[in-house]
Amino acid sequence: MTPLKERLVQLEVLRYNPDTDTEAHFQRYEVVCQEEWVVLDALNKVKADIDPTLNFRWSCHMAVCGSCGMMINGEPKLSCHAFLRSYEGVIRVEPLAHFPIERDLVTAPDDFMEKLKRVKPYIIPKEKKPISEGEYKQTPAQLMKFRQYSMCINCMLCYAACPEYGLTPDFIGPAALTLAHRYNLDSRDGGRLARQEVVATHEGVWDCTFVGACSEVCPAHVDPASALQQMKITSSIDWIVEHLIPGGKS
Amino acid sequence: MSRNPLVREVPPTTWFFRHPRYLRYMSREITCIFIAAYCVMLVVGLQRLAAGPAAWDGFLLALRSADSIVFHLLALAAALYHAATWFNATQKAMPIQIGEDFVPGSVISGAHYVAWAVLSIAVLYFAGAF
Repeated sequence: MTPLKERLVQLEVLRYNPDTDTEAHFQRYEVVCQEEWVVLDALNKVKADIDPTLNFRWSCHMAVCGSCGMMINGEPKLSCHAFLRSYEGVIRVEPLAHFPIERDLVTAPDDFMEKLKRVKPYIIPKEKKPISEGEYKQTPAQLMKFRQYSMCINCMLCYAACPEYGLTPDFIGPAALTLAHRYNLDSRDGGRLARQEVVATHEGVWDCTFVGACSEVCPAHVDPASALQQMKITSSIDWIVEHLIPGGKS
Repeated sequence: MSRNPLVREVPPTTWFFRHPRYLRYMSREITCIFIAAYCVMLVVGLQRLAAGPAAWDGFLLALRSADSIVFHLLALAAALYHAATWFNATQKAMPIQIGEDFVPGSVISGAHYVAWAVLSIAVLYFAGAF
């Protein structure tokens, strides 16, 4: 077996200690890595061999859990999915943009979690039926209608990419709104009007100006930008029906 | 251990220099200035038309000036770019599902380009271009 190729990697990591710092600052590390490694491996090597005080989140190391999102050379990435071979020179690693820094590369996701709850991201059945009547059935075509939007791993890269969220923190944001769309499209669901109270507001889809960055950085190919534009159309139709058609109700 | 999260402000006037994708977005948004200016010019034209033949002739003369031609070329470029970004976006906003599959996005955007071409030819035809 061919031995793995080693490489001296230079990392510039943003550090912040909430107990002692008022500002964040960059710290440079030099660490020997295997060429095949990802940025997360390099950070783990730093933590193991050089600086055990470095903080960052990770869990699955396979782009599934969504824990290890960071800004890598200014781009929101899963650090377990950012291969060292894709980078030359110093690799700059920062916490996800637009979120408060808890410590070093760890951000505070509280705002996202609160917004996620507000869109009611669960099935609200059209009609409740007793268990004895069996399951709610769905055809493959009905599943495909929303399947793409159900692939979100809540990594928040889309929030870090969305300038609208950075400038207008009240914006519900790409992932939460996309999840609302996912349930709106589900044939078993009847909760769209309840979600519209959050979705069809200024803080909802109308704060989105379709920059499209959310879809460009999404590691799960969810395409939140498409979900939001589709919700703008349905919200506009609701408004037209309610205001311009006599007797119309949204 | 108490929490003391560090909030980083986004610079409100320079944020779009952070990444080329934001510059592309801003370039798309800026095209609206030319579209709006062209609409104002059309309204002025209508007003000149209502004011009588002399006013209308003056308006037509102004349209033939070098400044006006430069403005028209810029407005045309902006409108073309704006239209292209809009048509490319339609595939995201209006997916068409047939059975379990979705119609390819290129077909949806392509249909818009075809409709654009047909309508443009119709307008040129009714304007007496051929």
